Amino acid sequence: MVVSTKRALEGAHASAHAMRQINPDVVAAYPITPQTAIVQTYSQYVADGEVDTEFIAVESEHAAMSACIGAAAAGGRVMTATAANGLALMWEELYIAASMRMPIVMSCVNRALSAPLNIHCDHSDSMGARDAGWIHIFSETGQEAYDNTIQAVRIAEHPDLLLPVMVMQDGFITGHAVELVEVADDASVQRFIGSYSPAHSLLDIDHPTTFGAWDLYDYYFEHKRQQTDALSKAMKVILEVGQEFGREFGRPYGAFEPYAMDDAEIAVIVLSSTAGTCRTVIRELRQKGLKVGLLKLRVFRPFPAAELAEALKGVKAVAVLDRSISFGSMQGSGPVFLELCAALYAAGSKTKAINYIYGLGGRDVLPVDVERVIHELKQVADSGEVTSLVSYLGLRE
Amino acid sequence: MATMTEIRWHGRAGQGIVTASELLAEAALKEGKFFQAFPEYGPERMGAPIKAYTRISSEPIEVHYQILNPEIVVVVNPNLLGVIDVTEGLAEDGILIVNSPDTPEDIRSKLGLSGKKVRVLVVDATRIALETIRRDIPATLMIGAVIRATGLVRVENTLHLVEEKLGAKLRAEVVQSNVTALRRAHEEVKEG
Repeated sequence: MVVSTKRALEGAHASAHAMRQINPDVVAAYPITPQTAIVQTYSQYVADGEVDTEFIAVESEHAAMSACIGAAAAGGRVMTATAANGLALMWEELYIAASMRMPIVMSCVNRALSAPLNIHCDHSDSMGARDAGWIHIFSETGQEAYDNTIQAVRIAEHPDLLLPVMVMQDGFITGHAVELVEVADDASVQRFIGSYSPAHSLLDIDHPTTFGAWDLYDYYFEHKRQQTDALSKAMKVILEVGQEFGREFGRPYGAFEPYAMDDAEIAVIVLSSTAGTCRTVIRELRQKGLKVGLLKLRVFRPFPAAELAEALKGVKAVAVLDRSISFGSMQGSGPVFLELCAALYAAGSKTKAINYIYGLGGRDVLPVDVERVIHELKQVADSGEVTSLVSYLGLRE
Repeated sequence: MATMTEIRWHGRAGQGIVTASELLAEAALKEGKFFQAFPEYGPERMGAPIKAYTRISSEPIEVHYQILNPEIVVVVNPNLLGVIDVTEGLAEDGILIVNSPDTPEDIRSKLGLSGKKVRVLVVDATRIALETIRRDIPATLMIGAVIRATGLVRVENTLHLVEEKLGAKLRAEVVQSNVTALRRAHEEVKEG
């Protein structure tokens, strides 16, 4: 029986609270705004003896991820947190963590990358790591950051996967905003995540195993094939865990969350905190008779390509809102848009797709911006013509 | 029907307006309401003008953007008047609550609000803070004035919350002086 308590928590504190309940063996982390609230709170839990975790205060994020990989190879349940340039500094180790199949769970409180120096939210940090082999899960609210962190442990440690998971939330917008978060009791969280006993570990000296081996043209390719197979199995596990979480805690999760999609002729796709603003605008426009829906994308890696194409069947035009730019890509569009275009093409879809870059460096997204998107989307749906493939929201030009 | 109230707090960094914006949100939680509290982060320098925001609603709050047209503006540091436009975006029939020893009429004429529909309330929160807590930390006291002006939450619940939160880490007489301070701000606020 889950006993939940309603709390007023910042999103980052909601993540730290989930980490405390998970009580991992090792946390190695380095502070960086706006993630600092997580590491700072967690190190306080360690100092107060509220968790059994060995906390390693490292000298950089590169060292943080290196220590996490070592601890995970030794058989530990391992977590960390970062943002922005910190994530960028982990780059080499992100690939190693995924390729060595280390089920590390990391909070990423999304923040813009330098330069120019900016501490506010956009998704360029985690999007830069999109091909590193991690599972990427985005959270709209502090509640979702809490829920996703707990589920991430189960997903990462699933024996078919053994893959690291990144749980994102929007820096400052939810990370430093106090909102209503329903937290479960510690025992229910522990029961849900279960214990972790890896099949292979460095410390299992009776069964010596090699980790991080030399691997040339003889086997490297086969190992990469196995790695990509593991990611293709991940969606099934993510959905199962999301359903089971729903049964236990009352909040089920899928790869994406449809809103007002049943008879939608136009649709918006967006990640994280902006989804709530979009939903509010769509609710109002629905009352005026506009057939518009929302797909809030939760899982970006693995990308639910076929599932999204299916959900968009019958939709005349879709707008993808991207909080980052894939520089040099088709008309400088965003990564979610590019993935969606590929998904629609592969499915033989005739749905028109347009892209909006928004919110870079924390630029606010107002209801009027979302209204503009839907207005232009309607024109695309009515005319069947795309006059502007990539546009910018709330930009001075 | 709009069920959401939006509040903007003005103060100087280090004065506790972020704490105040969050405490009001937590008071709403106690009454089963929905809430958001978030600061506007810029360069974090002690003493620089900063803003914080609180949303309170009877329905779940899904939006995530800054508050541009608040119903209520709270000015914690009176020396911000004239330095920044504290009435920017304030609803025509909104409420302005200022920590100041001046009268509401003085504040009205200072801000060009004479004859305007905006409600203006004044409380000398700095003096109350110095007399009760014996420190110049007026931010959370202003919640007393907000409650008096709006009835958003019940004052007794908020006083209990202050007791509960401060009681965990401070001596009983310090806790009590904070409770007295908030209650006095609630009682001594003047409208005009």
